[in-house]
Amino acid sequence: MNAIEVQNVSMRFNMAKERYESLKEYFLAAMQGKLQFEEFYALRDVSLSVPKGEFHGLIGLNGSGKSTLLKVISGVYKPTKGTVRVNGAIAPLIELGAGFDMDLTARENIYLNGTVLGLTPKFITEKFDEIVDFSELWDFLDVPLKNYSSGMVARIAFAIATVTKPEILIADEILSVGDFLFQEKCEKRMAELMDGGTTVLFVSHSIRQIRRMCDRVTWLEKGRVRMEGPTQEVCDAYADLEKEAGDT
Amino acid sequence: MVKAYARDFWRYRYLLQNLIGRDFKLKYRRSVLGVVWSVLNPLLMNFVMVIVFSTILDMRGSGITNFPVYLIIGQLLFNFFNEGTGSAMSSMLGAAPLIKKVYIPKYIFPLERVCFALVNCLFSFIALIIMMVLTRASLHPTVLLALYPLLTLFIFTLGIGLMLAAATVFFRDIMHLWGVFTTALLYFSAIFYDPSQMGTFTVRGMEFNVQRIIHLNPLYWYITGFRNTVLDGTGLTWSMIWVCGLCALIALVVGMLVFRSQQDKFILHI
Repeated sequence: MNAIEVQNVSMRFNMAKERYESLKEYFLAAMQGKLQFEEFYALRDVSLSVPKGEFHGLIGLNGSGKSTLLKVISGVYKPTKGTVRVNGAIAPLIELGAGFDMDLTARENIYLNGTVLGLTPKFITEKFDEIVDFSELWDFLDVPLKNYSSGMVARIAFAIATVTKPEILIADEILSVGDFLFQEKCEKRMAELMDGGTTVLFVSHSIRQIRRMCDRVTWLEKGRVRMEGPTQEVCDAYADLEKEAGDT
Repeated sequence: MVKAYARDFWRYRYLLQNLIGRDFKLKYRRSVLGVVWSVLNPLLMNFVMVIVFSTILDMRGSGITNFPVYLIIGQLLFNFFNEGTGSAMSSMLGAAPLIKKVYIPKYIFPLERVCFALVNCLFSFIALIIMMVLTRASLHPTVLLALYPLLTLFIFTLGIGLMLAAATVFFRDIMHLWGVFTTALLYFSAIFYDPSQMGTFTVRGMEFNVQRIIHLNPLYWYITGFRNTVLDGTGLTWSMIWVCGLCALIALVVGMLVFRSQQDKFILHI
C-alpha cells in the first residue's frame, strides 16, 4: 500500500490583479465588469505515489511547486482538481515555526506545537526531556521564542515533529537552517525513523543531501513533473541542467 | 460524517485547551494584577454606569429594585456576546500563520475565541457575586436555572461568530461595521433600563413601540432570562425557554453551514 497517493492534482490560484478587500471596491468592480482574475497554476496534473517506508526527494527550481505540493499533501490546500490519499498520520515540517507563538516561551511552545500536531499533553510531558535533549536548548527553555535564532527554532520544531515516530514526515528545507552538526543529527534521526517504517517526503536544494538520503526523487518544473525515478538518474539529469545554466 | 467530526474534535481537544491557555497567558502577561482585571474591570464599569444612570440620567425611578445588580448582569452577558463575536470574527485572520502551514480543522479557531470569552465571562461573575453581596441581594434556588440562558447564549454567540469569521476572510469591512452594529445593539438590549417602562416613538408619522422592537433582539431574552433566575428568583417563562433555545439553534446551524461551505477557500484569501 502506498503511503502517499497523489493523482492528477492541479492547484489553481486566482491572482486577482487587485485584491478586493472591501465590499465597496468589490461591488464597484463587479458592476463595471472589471472583476478579473489571472489564473495561475502552481501545480498541473501532478501524479506521485510514494510507497510506505520510502525516502522520497523533491527537487526543482524556485517556484516549481514543491512547497505547494507538500501543502496539498498535508491538507493545507485543497486541490482544485485531482485527489490526494494519505495513509497514516503526517508530521508536517513546512517552513519554520508553524504552530509556534513567538510571544510564548520555548517550554510553552513545545506543548502548543505538540497539540497542533495532535499529541496529548501527557505524551509531551513524557517526551519532554527527550525533545529538549535533542534540541540542546536546556539553557533557553524559559525564554520567549522571539528571542531565538532561526536555527534554534528549527531545532525545537524538528525535535517535536520527530519525537512521535510519525508514519509520514514531510520536511521542507528544514535542515538548511541548522549548522552542520545539527544537520548530521537530523539526518541520523531521520534514518532511525526510516528503520521504523516512516515514509519521508523531503525537499531540498542541496543535491548532495538528496543523493545521500533519498531512494527516489521527483523533479518538478513549472508545476509539472519533469522526471521521476531513482535518485541517481534524476539527480544526474538535474545536475546537467545546472551545468547548462552555468555554461551560458 | 458526524462520527468523523466527533473524532476530529476529540483529537484536537488539547489544542483547543492549549490555545485558550495561550490567550489567557498573553492577555495578562506583564500586568501586575493579572486575572484580577477580569473582575475589577466590570466592577469599575458598573460603578461608573450606576452613577451615570442614577444621577445624571435617572433610570431608577422605573421600578427596578436592585439597579446595580440588574445593570451588571446586562453588562456581563452583553460583554460576553460582544467579545465572543468580535474576537471570533478576526480569528481566521489571526490563525493565518498556522493554517498556512499545518492542517488543523478551521472551526477550532472561532470556537477557541468564543470559549476564551466564556472563560473571561465566568471569571467576571465574581464581580456579580461581589455586587450581590454588597447590595444584600438574596440568593434564590432558581440560580441554577441560569445555566440555561448562559449555555444557549454561548451557542448563539458561537453561531454568529462562525458566520462573522467566514465573512471577514473575504471582506474586512465587516470588522468595522460590526462595531457600529453592536453599539446599536447595546442600546436595544435593555441593559440599563426596564423595557416595559419604555413608551413609543414616532418617525414620520409611523408609531413604534420600543418594547416590541426590543423583543426582537435575542440578547434581550438571554439577559432577561438570566436576571429572572439570578436576581428575581422567578425562574424561566416558556417564551424565554423557546426563544433562547431556538435562536441558539438557528444561529449555530446557519453558522456551521456558512462556515463549512467557505472554509476551503479561506487559505487563498488570508
